[in-house]
Amino acid sequence: MTPSSIQLDADGRLRHFLTVEGLKRRHLVEILDRAEALSGVAERRMTKSPTLHGKTVVNLFFENSTRTRTTFELAAKRLSADVLNVNISTSSTHKGETLLDTIRNIEAMQVDMFVVRHAVSGAAEFIARHVAPHIAVLNAGDGRHAHPTQAMLDMMTIRRHKGEFANLRVAIVGDVLHSRVARSDIHALNILGTGEVRVVAPKTLLPADVGTLGVHVFHDLEHGLRGVDVVIMLRLQRERMSGALLPSASEYFQQYGLTAERLALAQPDAIVMHPGPINRGVEMDSAVVDGPRSVILEQVTHGIAVRMAVMAIVLGNRHPDITEET
Amino acid sequence: MRITLQGGRVIDPAHGLDAVTDLHIADGRIAGLGAAPAGFIAERSCDVSGRIVCPGLVDLCARLREPGAEHKATIASETHAAAASGITTLVMPPDTDPVIDETAVVESIRRRAQAAGFARVLVLGALTRGLGGEVLAEMAALKEAGCVGVGNAGVPVPNSMVMKRAMEYASSHGLTVFLTPMDPWLSAGGQAHDGQVAARLGLAGIPVAAETAAVGRELALVEETGARAHFGRLSSARAVAMIARARDRGLPVSCDVAAHQLHLTEVDLGRFDADAHVLPPLRTARDRDALRRGVAAGVIEAVCSDHQPHEPDAKLVPFGDTEPGLSALDTLLGLMLKLVDEGVLDLPGAIERVTAGPARLLGIEAGTLAVGAPADVCVFAPGAHRLLDARTLASRGHNTPFLGWELRGVVTLTLLDGRPVYQREV
Repeated sequence: MTPSSIQLDADGRLRHFLTVEGLKRRHLVEILDRAEALSGVAERRMTKSPTLHGKTVVNLFFENSTRTRTTFELAAKRLSADVLNVNISTSSTHKGETLLDTIRNIEAMQVDMFVVRHAVSGAAEFIARHVAPHIAVLNAGDGRHAHPTQAMLDMMTIRRHKGEFANLRVAIVGDVLHSRVARSDIHALNILGTGEVRVVAPKTLLPADVGTLGVHVFHDLEHGLRGVDVVIMLRLQRERMSGALLPSASEYFQQYGLTAERLALAQPDAIVMHPGPINRGVEMDSAVVDGPRSVILEQVTHGIAVRMAVMAIVLGNRHPDITEET
Repeated sequence: MRITLQGGRVIDPAHGLDAVTDLHIADGRIAGLGAAPAGFIAERSCDVSGRIVCPGLVDLCARLREPGAEHKATIASETHAAAASGITTLVMPPDTDPVIDETAVVESIRRRAQAAGFARVLVLGALTRGLGGEVLAEMAALKEAGCVGVGNAGVPVPNSMVMKRAMEYASSHGLTVFLTPMDPWLSAGGQAHDGQVAARLGLAGIPVAAETAAVGRELALVEETGARAHFGRLSSARAVAMIARARDRGLPVSCDVAAHQLHLTEVDLGRFDADAHVLPPLRTARDRDALRRGVAAGVIEAVCSDHQPHEPDAKLVPFGDTEPGLSALDTLLGLMLKLVDEGVLDLPGAIERVTAGPARLLGIEAGTLAVGAPADVCVFAPGAHRLLDARTLASRGHNTPFLGWELRGVVTLTLLDGRPVYQREV
């Protein structure tokens, strides 16, 4: 079984979107191209697309995340789908209902797609294995494992600024160990043929054998930034700033915080990304966040186009009557 | 009943016996091999030509889930599964509910096992009261009640002084301490081996050091106290090497491994296969190969099932939320024969590790076909294959990553104290 087989149909097309790992370059390029085509709608320069009219998308969030949920909601609405937001952390599971019971109940409401966010790695894949066959599952982040739409919006941002991936050097800086964004970005960058992918962090924030994911490992930020075209900063959770992983937020900023001086070690046209929300003065200096090389707000905008694209592709593969957008 | 098993290939590793011959049983014990003893007239003769006749298997670690978790399995259901798998002696760790830290619990388990009548159930008593790691359990009383050793069932004893005292006290009463080494801090929250698969799947890692740090401390305490210690369920090359060195230095230590660790690696987690969620975790191919070499060389003297049957719901949640452990009685013999097929051990050697080896560690008279020994016998068809699926599993627990595998060796007859407790034709 190939890693991604459950998310592909018999013709090798996406029927769920659970992880970037195991996908082919053509899958990623299709998403990026579709997102570009939809960006007019996504960015409100064109009216709503009727693509998913009559379809119902359920945002099934077992972990709070207003901003991710909002972009999925906007994406679905701009494709004319009906949207239902279900915040499970405050409802059923506290009453003892099992995850599968919750799924069964919601799937009985005649819906077409689940957008799932869950704190446990593998949860989206678990749900995809057990959900009724007519329902598509999009992974909106599962534990430390994957956040594939975030990776695709990152790729869209990089492609818009840099074009081809083959000659790029990309540095991913920070808490790779706990980051689903990092894992998905690493897979996406490698599938798209990126010249070099680096991770930069102290050993406490890197998984064992991280090199086997296809990255070069740096523990020194200044070495890691030298000559890179793209810098992806990762969020550091507040509870991890001081303890056995790191001594303090201030030492972290001194060693791994992105400042204008350090950014000068990268290529002159290097871009700076961050999945948000940012801890100013911990991961990055405000001057960099708000500086000319920062493309962080573009990432947010691209997030809507990418999520529209993934929804349209996945439901389009299941319902041939769903056509390419207007 | 007097029974003769005729014409089988009788393998009794304890005495280096491997011959096609007859085995005679009377009054629940082995009465003779080859020609019938004087005056022996069989009431029942079984033609077992083409079959292997070996001692009933001795399994050093099997959770039967009773008392306390009867929704998973019961002593009756799992001892029946044992009989169907050629296993006649099972050792239960003390993490039942209630914990085996009182003689009444030992007595209740013995009664239930006797009522079921399918297998000999031996129990380990708790090392600390309630497995809490703070107060010593009443080990002397537990021994008198029949416990074959003491242990903390994989629940760590973080306080090293408590562990030292526990070893001293256990050895004062001639009890072996059964340890499953796992450092509580290095393994906290861990779901998988801290390696490339955990990195890829985003699972919390359990480093090899979780095992070796605990082995290191326990070896130091064994050296200090002179206690006899058995390390169960090793998972790493480094731990095997540490125990081999300790044995070479003359320390009274031994070890076992679970059969699945000799066949699977971290890669078998696939895409979050909950049935491969075990503790200690499946590690690298290098570790698996070192464990195989340890078994072949005899550093690892026993292979156990580490049977942990679960109800389906225990695995019907995302990987990290699933209960660890696999159902393993059904596969113990087949996985040993697979080691033979893969050139790790010869057949008598493979049988030794699940009969005489564990019996020697327990100091019990089972695990051999010597004249006078209890007639616990396993007869199996070595050339027959069995596809493992939900219909063919004897255990109530269907949580095994070996579903869909075809394993060689089908048990056709199991005797316990000379009494047939399982039979079938192939």
